[in-house]
Amino acid sequence: MIGFPILSLMLAVPLVASLVSLALSAQGARWLALGATLVDLVLGVVLWQHYQIGGPQWQFTERLPLFSGFQWALGIDGIALTLIALTVLLMPICIGASWHAIEKRVPEYMAAFLLMETLMIGVFAAQDLYLFYIMFEAGLIPMYLVIGIWGGADRIYASYKFFLYTLLGSVLMLIAMLWMVHEAGTTDIPTLMVYNFPVKAQTWLWLAFFASFAVKMPMWPVHTWLPDAHVQAPTAGSVILAGVLLKMGGYGFIRFSLPMFPEASAYFAPLVWGLSMVAVVYTSLVALVQQDMKKLIAYSSVAHMGIVTIGLFSFNRQGLEGSMVVMLAHGLVAGALFLCVGVIYDRLHTREISRYGGLAINMPKYALFFMFFTMASIGLPATANFVGEFLSLAGIYQVSTWAALICTTGIILGAAYMLYLYARVVFGAQKNADAAAMPDLDLREWALLAPLVAATLWMGIYPESFIAPMRADIAALDARLASARPASDAAPTAGTPAPKTEAAANTVEGSAR
Amino acid sequence: MSWIVSLNLVAAEEILSAAGLVLMLVAAWAGDKSARAISVAAVAALVAASAFVLQGLGATGAQTSAFYGQYADDGFAAYAKLLIYLAAAVAVIVAPRFFAPRDEMRAEYPVLVLFAALGMGLMVSATDLLTLYIGLELNSLAAYVLAAMLRRDERSAEAGLKYFVLGALASGILLFGMSLTYGFSGSTNFVAIGKALHGQLATGALFGVVFMLVGLAFKISAVPFHMWTPDVYEGSPTPVTTFFATAPKVAALCLLMRVTLVAFGAEVVAWQQIVIALSLLSIVVGALGAIGQTNLKRLLAYSSINNVGFMLIGLAAATPAGVSAVLVYLFIYVFTSFAGFAAVLLLRDREGEQIESLADIAGLSRTRPALAAVLAMVMFSLAGIPPLFGFWGKFVVFQAAVAAGMVPLAAIGIAASVIGAFYYLKVVKVMYFDDPADKVAPASDVAHNAILLVSAVVISPVGYLMTNWLGGVAQQAAAALFHTA
Repeated sequence: MIGFPILSLMLAVPLVASLVSLALSAQGARWLALGATLVDLVLGVVLWQHYQIGGPQWQFTERLPLFSGFQWALGIDGIALTLIALTVLLMPICIGASWHAIEKRVPEYMAAFLLMETLMIGVFAAQDLYLFYIMFEAGLIPMYLVIGIWGGADRIYASYKFFLYTLLGSVLMLIAMLWMVHEAGTTDIPTLMVYNFPVKAQTWLWLAFFASFAVKMPMWPVHTWLPDAHVQAPTAGSVILAGVLLKMGGYGFIRFSLPMFPEASAYFAPLVWGLSMVAVVYTSLVALVQQDMKKLIAYSSVAHMGIVTIGLFSFNRQGLEGSMVVMLAHGLVAGALFLCVGVIYDRLHTREISRYGGLAINMPKYALFFMFFTMASIGLPATANFVGEFLSLAGIYQVSTWAALICTTGIILGAAYMLYLYARVVFGAQKNADAAAMPDLDLREWALLAPLVAATLWMGIYPESFIAPMRADIAALDARLASARPASDAAPTAGTPAPKTEAAANTVEGSAR
Repeated sequence: MSWIVSLNLVAAEEILSAAGLVLMLVAAWAGDKSARAISVAAVAALVAASAFVLQGLGATGAQTSAFYGQYADDGFAAYAKLLIYLAAAVAVIVAPRFFAPRDEMRAEYPVLVLFAALGMGLMVSATDLLTLYIGLELNSLAAYVLAAMLRRDERSAEAGLKYFVLGALASGILLFGMSLTYGFSGSTNFVAIGKALHGQLATGALFGVVFMLVGLAFKISAVPFHMWTPDVYEGSPTPVTTFFATAPKVAALCLLMRVTLVAFGAEVVAWQQIVIALSLLSIVVGALGAIGQTNLKRLLAYSSINNVGFMLIGLAAATPAGVSAVLVYLFIYVFTSFAGFAAVLLLRDREGEQIESLADIAGLSRTRPALAAVLAMVMFSLAGIPPLFGFWGKFVVFQAAVAAGMVPLAAIGIAASVIGAFYYLKVVKVMYFDDPADKVAPASDVAHNAILLVSAVVISPVGYLMTNWLGGVAQQAAAALFHTA
């Protein structure tokens, strides 16, 4: 623990930089944005180092009453810590990815991204219900602008869809929050997490929160905004969308839905399993037939998020921990895959798979990076995804063997679509002259991808570093859910002994005689 | 209570009437060239009146009642009057820059605004059906003329006529309701009516309540009595539209609150359903109607209908918290409207003509980044997206509704607000995503810029710093209203 309010500082640095960058030139804004995000990265490292594993549940807490019952309440547990770390790691990479790709209205672009960083960290650090809502909702504005101004050809449709889908989801959550505060008399999230809401009310409260998080996650069938948003957004927008914004949905489940409404969560668990199974199988199949690289990765994100939700709603430690690791791993790997697409998009300005081919010949370094992240996305051992997916599936197996069986097919399908993509883009003959003439990675691109490789390997080989901070929090959540946990269909049950034969019974009786 | 005390309580109204009458004589004598001096004097009168009203903020109880219960100068009225006088002053300040280029700056404009403000002050202070009606008509008659201020403009004349015909109809309906209410309660005093009407309402008395609500729904332009609003907002000169979008809304809503909660305070069940229906219809129709609009003023008209719907949710709660939420919402709404209309006033093409079409502001963020940013803030604020201040208004209203146990109403209302977000986003999209139409010429005006800047600061996240003070004042005002009930 450290004396000064580090979380507020982490929020303030990008916010101030965002305002300042509006007044700068294009190049100045780029450097300022990079500097500010790197400062936040350093602060993130400091935060991690001073986080006491096994210490109090909520650390770095700040409480400042603001107005009308609102308070500036910040604080993190291990779950929030890892997600904040993911955010601050991805942000400088996003700025770097936009260095040359964004040429028009650079100061505004950088301002939007920096503002988004503030809001994303704010979502994970907020300890006041309404502060969380404000951060959660305000994030729509910069992302709407990023997609709409700097996006592709069909950006307007995508930006509208993104905004309205997510808004409709979250406004219902606000009504539920108002009711909760009215009922419990506090806006303090840690207090609300242990408050026992009446079981009857939990049902619709859970549904209101579910509407918001399911859209954000996104779960089938409300996932359709994601492929559109991903395809149209600029590379960095996709990275931050896949890397962090989707994680807000999972974070919402783990912070609100599960601990605040455990009974309702158990009641609706079959619904979540059903939607997740559909998501895993159906969106994987959809990903197989995509012609657009970004769309393919977007659908694969939906499938991976299906594994997350199924792990979250398995009501045991493996499932919960696994979901958290999948979220972190997916943040790194999907972000990196979008960067890989961005690298070749910057050269050829098309995302169509058939326009590429044989890149292994002229871009060997790129082919290596791309292969690494393809393998990581499939969930190869020694990469981060393996750890998470294994734990999640092990978790759900204890509750529903059928769900586990169906979700495992998603891993196979995942291998199919990712390998198919990789083969078409990187292997084979060089079909197109312009694709064959593309230069290999330059230093900037190398520097963007290398940290993600390191993080993915680290998380895959020694996941303890990432699981340790959140272990106590997951255990607390697990204990909170214990009373509501649904019955398992996997545990070995004692069989009824076979009825003894008459002869044997007679013998026994006889011997007694 | 002596006359002296009563006359003391209505000091603000005395100032406005005296100023209005004197300035009218000056205008008649000196002609249009005195317009500037009259405007300055009118604003000074409004400031002086506000200074008197300011003392009444937070006042409550019997000592606020003047002229034997016909008039109340309580905290509730004071809160509303401050907003009304502010809106009137803004309407006077923004006018010269609009009228002068067409040579239409007439000396009676500030005088009419003064009389309208006086009438609205009477409306919010009225505790008697007769005072109510006098205030309403004084305001309306001035407003009809204001709508038709551009005499050579067909649209303006049409707006004035339409406003007059439908306004007269609404007044008739209101008057009919008032006569029924008087007939069944035996009094025109709100408190006396409240005492007389309780328990099972006679059919005639119920009709009285319904007709009075309908008449007032016309004035606040709640659906289905909103038809005049888009035409009048579009046709009226923009400074007048700024005025119409703000002051009469405050006055009519506050009047509606006083009538429903004081006169019909014991009959909440009789009017609650009507208010809920008006509210949901206004939210939905206001949002759907705006989608197809291509004129900015029309769009803002539909947005005002939509916003009235949200305010009625607070009234439907029928609690002090609900009233205070409506008052907070009104404050935010008034400033958002100032920003929106001041921005529209600053949109001019190279010939100095006003630009009102949505297509003409395409790509505004490239040519006039600051102006576009303010308009975008207005839109996001109207849509209620945090962290802009518009979110706070919706938040307190929904909070009051949920606290009063009206969760379904709040849920439907907030879900419908997403429809509204669609067209607010459209304006942002046109300004930020589309290629510049290059129609808007650089225009600048100290008065407009100042109003734009102040209201932009209020609706920005900085506005949240005011919530403590604003909530306190609004709570006092609401308490004053319930004290008389």
